[in-house]
Amino acid sequence: MDLTFTPEQTAFRDDLRSWLAENPPDPEPMDGGDDAHFAWRRDWQRRLYDAGWAAPSWPAEYGGRGATPSESAIYFEEMGRARVPFSANTLGLLLGGPTLMVWGTPEQKERYLPPILSAEEIWCQGFSEPDAGSDLASLKTRAVKHGEEWVVTGQKVWTSGAQYSKWCMLVARTDSDVAKHKGLTYFLMDMEQEAVQVRPLRQITGEAEFNELFIEEARIPDANVVGGVGNGWKVALTTLMNERAGLGFALQIRLRQLLDDLIARAAGQGLLEDPLYADALAELHVRCESLRLMAWKGLTDAERYGQPGPEGSLVKWLWSDTNQRLTELAVDIVGPEALTAGTGWSYEFLRARGNTIEGGTTEVLKNIVAERVLGLPRLKAAA
Amino acid sequence: MDFGLTDDQREIQRTARELLSERAKPERVREHAEAGTTDAELWRELSELGWPGIALAEEHGGQGLGGIELSILCEELGRALAPVPFLPSVLAATLIDHAGSPEQRERWLPGLASGEIKGALGSSSDGSSELVIGAPEAGVIVLVDEDGAGRVLEAAQADVTPVASIDSTRSAGRVGGAEEAGDPLPGDVTAGVDRALVAVSSELVGVCDRALEMTVAYVKERKQFGVPVGSYQAVSHRCAQMLLETEKARSTAAFAAWAADAEPGRLAEAAAMAKAAASDAGREVTASAIQAHGGIGFTWEADIHWLYKRAQLDAALLGGAKRHRARLAAILADHAGAPAVG
Repeated sequence: MDLTFTPEQTAFRDDLRSWLAENPPDPEPMDGGDDAHFAWRRDWQRRLYDAGWAAPSWPAEYGGRGATPSESAIYFEEMGRARVPFSANTLGLLLGGPTLMVWGTPEQKERYLPPILSAEEIWCQGFSEPDAGSDLASLKTRAVKHGEEWVVTGQKVWTSGAQYSKWCMLVARTDSDVAKHKGLTYFLMDMEQEAVQVRPLRQITGEAEFNELFIEEARIPDANVVGGVGNGWKVALTTLMNERAGLGFALQIRLRQLLDDLIARAAGQGLLEDPLYADALAELHVRCESLRLMAWKGLTDAERYGQPGPEGSLVKWLWSDTNQRLTELAVDIVGPEALTAGTGWSYEFLRARGNTIEGGTTEVLKNIVAERVLGLPRLKAAA
Repeated sequence: MDFGLTDDQREIQRTARELLSERAKPERVREHAEAGTTDAELWRELSELGWPGIALAEEHGGQGLGGIELSILCEELGRALAPVPFLPSVLAATLIDHAGSPEQRERWLPGLASGEIKGALGSSSDGSSELVIGAPEAGVIVLVDEDGAGRVLEAAQADVTPVASIDSTRSAGRVGGAEEAGDPLPGDVTAGVDRALVAVSSELVGVCDRALEMTVAYVKERKQFGVPVGSYQAVSHRCAQMLLETEKARSTAAFAAWAADAEPGRLAEAAAMAKAAASDAGREVTASAIQAHGGIGFTWEADIHWLYKRAQLDAALLGGAKRHRARLAAILADHAGAPAVG
């Protein structure tokens, strides 16, 4: 057991840290709405790209640094620590690119990977549907083959960044006569066509991070099938497995920063001497630190033994629950100011509500832990 | 970053688990718990293997290994609920080793390392102690008070009244006598106590792990309404929660065991985190285990209650979760910066 970084990892971290110190992003735009905000994130990714920092975990042949999973985790921790924005094309970098590296043809890799890295082409994820949330494989969007192309009709939801995207990782049903997981195919759909309409989905914070997609006979060339017709579920799982791997480390550092802020605030109000607040803050500290330890343990066990431990689902579950508790306690400590629209704390408080739903609801995570980690019998689902 | 055990550490873990699954079978634990006796044969056997002195220096007859190895043994003995005073003995040895004078170390550690002398560690205030696990059979008792003072009492100096605790897998007693009785520990008692907390936390991790294992096995077997009760989410999600609590305790205990040797500057924080997480986990996980066992879990006949009882004693030992969170809050207050979120 050695809970320090190796000299190579420390060097990697220090390189990145000094680059970030010398190349901070421009200040976050306060006016100009979502478009200006997105342009700011796109500009940030271009700068990362120019310096070779857009996706260090990508292999060198695709423009990355071939960073190890540990280095990649350090990368996200440092990005979180420096409070830089997420890259505009985060979904392309974390999900789309790695999925293509596993399942794409040589032509697809050559065509699509470079513009993901440079933020020239933005990617979004068309998986969830109004009637297919946790039960993703029951999705209904249909793709029918006409000659050399596929005609797609259906509806997708929770599509972040759709309005800025060139490509959508789309999972659609191509065969209704086989078991539901088997009739799916993974496509790259061009978002720049009339048949695809994007409608912003306003969430409880008032902002619209997500969208709905209305797809009415959209066209996708056969060459844009990824991983073969009828193999969409497996390809989608590759995407989903990549979903939390890196981002988790950035989110966990943000949780730590938020807790440090809250502790500082509480200390300023003398509340660390109040046993009730002291107890609640100390408990959050324990959770926050064990979260980081568990995340690193899961990652390093996977590196060492090729098998991730039970930590993945536990970490996401513990993170989301802790962030909710933290922001609720912040409302108690900061008082009504934390409920004033437009303040940082009010945003954090409302946004945290989504944490236990997005990227796998806590209920689904508990099922995964019960069935796959503890080996408990699966609940019989309705046919 | 590497949470893995070395090959030697794995070997210690494997040997311990194998030995205890043979020598500390549930029926044997029950026999001793019901009779209120220590398993002298097992104690002799693990003493011969050098377990009590695993983390003590070779010059004192120990094996010269570290806190991680000690934690491994504590966890395994906790899993097995072994009816031997291993934990109290190594706690006393830890205090004498880290806060004792050369003379105190010379006098007590060889006997503690060989298992010839058993030890006990307890908290005291105003001259009398809390319940001290292992006190009636201890040849040496270390008492620490909240001001960070500690003293070593040989059995003859200590006025021990045996007390039956709810955990009859181990003896317990109250230590009376004059406040000034015994030989003061001249060193850093608090740092010694922090190392002791790591050992207790590790035992609790073992208790949680076993409670979860037994519960999962039970809810897979037990059928109601024609299906295993473990297929109901009300039950399976409870089991998932038990795993989460256990892993929180495990990760913080591992960090504290590592910090004790490698980063002593963070030991106080790490030990407080570990004991807070492990005390809560121990109580919650074993309580959940009883609940998931249903009616049978509340019977004397089922073995799950021994774990529940052991967890209560360990959770209270050297301060419960709330006391350690209060310590943590004081540490956090010392490090608090200025807020950045508006």
